[in-house]
Amino acid sequence: MAFLVLDGLTKTYGEVRAVDSLSCTVEKGEFVSLLGPSGCGKTTTLQMIAGFETPTSGRIELAGRNLASIPARQRGLGIVFQTYALFMHMTVRENVSFGLEMRKVSGRELKTRVDRALEMVHLGALADRYPRAMSGGQRQRVALARALVIEPELLLLDEPLSNLDAKLREEMQLELRRIQREAGVTTVMVTHDQSEALAMSDRVVVMNGGRLQQVDSPFDVYETPKSSFVSTFLGKSNNFAARLESTTDTGSVLTSGGITLSGPRASLLPGAAEIAIRPERIELTGPEQGIVSGTVRERIFLGAQWMLAIETAMGEFLVARRNSGNREADIGDTVHLVWAPQDLRILPAKEGARS
Amino acid sequence: MSARPWLMSAPALILFGVLLLVPLGMTFVLSFNAFDFYEGIIPTTGLANYADVLGDSYYWEIFGRTFGIALATTAICALIGVPQAYILYRLSPVWRSVVVLIVIGPLLISVVVRTLGWAILLGNRGVINTALKDWGLIERPIKMMYTEGGIVLALVHVFVPFMVLAVWAALQRKDPSTEAAAESLGASPFTVFRRIVLPQTVPGILSGSLIVFSMAASSFATPAILGGRRVKVVATTVYDEFMNTLNWPLGAAIAVTLLVAVMIIMITWNRLVERRYGEALQ
Repeated sequence: MAFLVLDGLTKTYGEVRAVDSLSCTVEKGEFVSLLGPSGCGKTTTLQMIAGFETPTSGRIELAGRNLASIPARQRGLGIVFQTYALFMHMTVRENVSFGLEMRKVSGRELKTRVDRALEMVHLGALADRYPRAMSGGQRQRVALARALVIEPELLLLDEPLSNLDAKLREEMQLELRRIQREAGVTTVMVTHDQSEALAMSDRVVVMNGGRLQQVDSPFDVYETPKSSFVSTFLGKSNNFAARLESTTDTGSVLTSGGITLSGPRASLLPGAAEIAIRPERIELTGPEQGIVSGTVRERIFLGAQWMLAIETAMGEFLVARRNSGNREADIGDTVHLVWAPQDLRILPAKEGARS
Repeated sequence: MSARPWLMSAPALILFGVLLLVPLGMTFVLSFNAFDFYEGIIPTTGLANYADVLGDSYYWEIFGRTFGIALATTAICALIGVPQAYILYRLSPVWRSVVVLIVIGPLLISVVVRTLGWAILLGNRGVINTALKDWGLIERPIKMMYTEGGIVLALVHVFVPFMVLAVWAALQRKDPSTEAAAESLGASPFTVFRRIVLPQTVPGILSGSLIVFSMAASSFATPAILGGRRVKVVATTVYDEFMNTLNWPLGAAIAVTLLVAVMIIMITWNRLVERRYGEALQ
């Protein structure tokens, strides 16, 4: 039995199905991200786990207990809010103590546990400061210490890093993961930032339009997306409508934009399909090896790499090229694209699309 | 270029200067003049009026009563206004606009009409006393007109909206997740209100109480109608000096004394609250 079970979880607001029969499980000690664009239902899901929203139907089970009849304040979950929701009129120590005071912990034990929590987030020296006198990163640590000090069975993180600037966010990703491991607490994080979800999670739950799209490890979700949405939402991807002509155990044959392509074995029936290929898997080559040729339309220099937009018979390709210190193809140049057949992903055609 | 801001704000500055600073300055000057029943105002300069005001227990009593009424009004307004603002804050948007209208309702009625309404309710043969007598709960009417209590009641009625709006503004500035955070940490609804919401409304209570106190201390129409000649406050005393005794310099001295006293009280109160909560609320 998994530690956290969401079973057919549904939340409707009038006609809108914010969360639509979502089912998934989280193992003890695992770090799972709910990832999706805004309005995909991930925050509503978190609110239902926390107890701030009541599911329209479906079941939430934590460590074998059904949470339905347990109010938010008795669930004993640690929650880090997007805005941190620190008590601005209390010092850091008072903020962290609050949850323990509610649990009637006092005296020496209170002090020891608060000190330990503050030590874990490296804020021992700032215990008597007020949150207003702290930076965004420090406030986030306070919020984390406040959530962890009650030793929750489950830690919920609601877009915990979205209010930090880019550099600090990367630092905090590592820091947050370290703290989560140290505390050994099962964690569910909500985020719209795919790189954050990939960097921090054991598994990623990709959601769109209230529905679950795919649950997999970050590597698998990136490498073997099961739908067009997942392939484009996680990282950059070149997606084109295609037609699956035939497939065997060793590989498949497809056509797209009048060009015949070979791909890996497909689990679909021949017919309309969609192909996806990552920009970093495409190489520029000579005219004889090229699968498709095109003209460079845009060129952007990003430091470590170049991004090229290339117009071809199949459509516009985005190609990432590692900066090797040489001059890169310029706008207007004709180039030839090549990739390994196994780097091609064959996905079900988008609904309504026929080729 | 540097003259432009001044030029553009000139209309407002002129209005402000003519309508506020000039009369205030003239009152200030007037308060140093002397007065004689046969010769009227004598343009001398002296502190005789202030000596009269500060040296006479009659005026001390009036000032004491005025600030007592203002203090009671402020305290009751806070007691009523804070929960009211919290309810307002928690209501759904539709209900909120209805309730806001009800809250500011008293402000839409002329002060004289509103106060006369209270007079009808509070009089010895007023609605309340008649009803209580008819039900056999009392034999003699309870004296409510011409008392400090009656004045406080009517002032609270009209000043509560200022407290509600000030506290409501403070509530809207706070992070709405703080209540959810406290709840998730195991706090009961009452604890959430007492330990999380209430402290965050302190800036609102502060500004609300400054508004209510200064307005209550200088209110005229309500104490004039409900207090009459028997319950004199500073504002009605000033009025009497100007209009009945015609001793304008003395009236001006009382008015200036009130202004200074109110300012001292407000600044002290502000300092006290800031010292207590300053670091947390900056």
